[in-house]
Amino acid sequence: MCDTCGCNITPGNAHLVRADGKLGRTEDGRAAVTVLTGLLAENDHQAAHNREHFDHHGVLALNLMSSPGAGKTSLLEATIDALGSQLRIAVIEGDLETENDAVRIRAKGVPAIQIATGSACHLDAHMVHDALHHLDLSGIDILFIENVGNLVCPASFDLGQHRNVTLLSVPEGDDKPAKYPVMFRAADLVLCTKADLLSVLPEFVPDRAEHYLRDLATAAPFAVVSTRGAGQLEPWLHWLQDELTAQRARLEQGRTLRPAIAPDGSRLHAAAGTATESVSGHGHTHHHHDHVRDHAHHGHAHQHGHDGLDQDSGHLGSPGA
Amino acid sequence: MHELSICQALLDQVEGIARNHGATRVERILLKVGPLSGVEPVLIQHAYTLAAAGTIAETAELVIETAEVRVHCTVCGVESPAAPNRLLCAACGSFQTRLVSGDELLLAQLEMTIPDRTEPAS
Repeated sequence: MCDTCGCNITPGNAHLVRADGKLGRTEDGRAAVTVLTGLLAENDHQAAHNREHFDHHGVLALNLMSSPGAGKTSLLEATIDALGSQLRIAVIEGDLETENDAVRIRAKGVPAIQIATGSACHLDAHMVHDALHHLDLSGIDILFIENVGNLVCPASFDLGQHRNVTLLSVPEGDDKPAKYPVMFRAADLVLCTKADLLSVLPEFVPDRAEHYLRDLATAAPFAVVSTRGAGQLEPWLHWLQDELTAQRARLEQGRTLRPAIAPDGSRLHAAAGTATESVSGHGHTHHHHDHVRDHAHHGHAHQHGHDGLDQDSGHLGSPGA
Repeated sequence: MHELSICQALLDQVEGIARNHGATRVERILLKVGPLSGVEPVLIQHAYTLAAAGTIAETAELVIETAEVRVHCTVCGVESPAAPNRLLCAACGSFQTRLVSGDELLLAQLEMTIPDRTEPAS
């Protein structure tokens, strides 16, 4: 974010810029300064620093968000069981209190750092940065950041991750994307978890959940998974491997990526550059989308085409842009 | 829920700008907040009173301008208003839209009292 070159002035806020320059005068003689800086600029700056740190070590960083109890930790346990022999995984756990989740992850033989946020309802980039001081990233392939269970606040804070994954568990109800649009709009992948409960909770209709998700104008893949039963995590495991491969290819070309919904500052920056299409930043490649859908859906089709949103996500911005 | 953190970040910025301009007091702060920023203007107002106590902006008027959610359709090209949880094109119904406004979380403008400089002529 920059507040000097004017790149953050958009049609939406141009009227705020006074004709007499950056430092105008109000009628009663006060100095009026046009600022137009994102309120979370400091957090975004730290997040960009974290992202550089991840990229330096070739780590794919994923931010897991959901309600409390949607199954983030169980998903990670099952993921470690499935991929732990092929990939080196590390986890940062965010909770208000206790080391319980970190203990569960460590029991799987994977390094885990617990951030106890006290009363804070979300992780921010500074907390993650502090946690990174306790984690050796060399030799790590994927870092999972399990955010505080909360469908509201975590969506507003960039941590430096490359992708946002939002979980929606079957017991929560299929209209969660309509109720929490900020969170679900931020998702690069939505995992419908606890699918093993669909048989006892027929009121949850995965198609309807996906429909509410599409109402948010997102092409993020929607995959139905379960940690119980063999093969129920395949869409997720394939997505992980594809994302890791894609991120490594990007890094080799000196590029990286940000989550689908970039914070305000980077959005405005992107608007000023050539990549106007990246303003809303739906950075999903079609390949990945198809891949997840192939595995995820139990024979249902929906009518939306995604071509208009597909693009190479690698140009969404370099760290610190 | 996270509005207090937001206010603290806001005040850090405000204090820095006021310092750079040699201001003695911040009189008015204008924010631009969209419904899709995840931040609730009323809660910001409440949190601000707490966060601003003892700062140069303690008595500042906090004005929050809300932004309308608007989308641009990449299929038919129409720009239309939208609801935060239904970002579809109002003209053709397509979900292939780009958000034009509605997720802002900006410090737009500051009004401050800046004493006239009495620099000696060189």
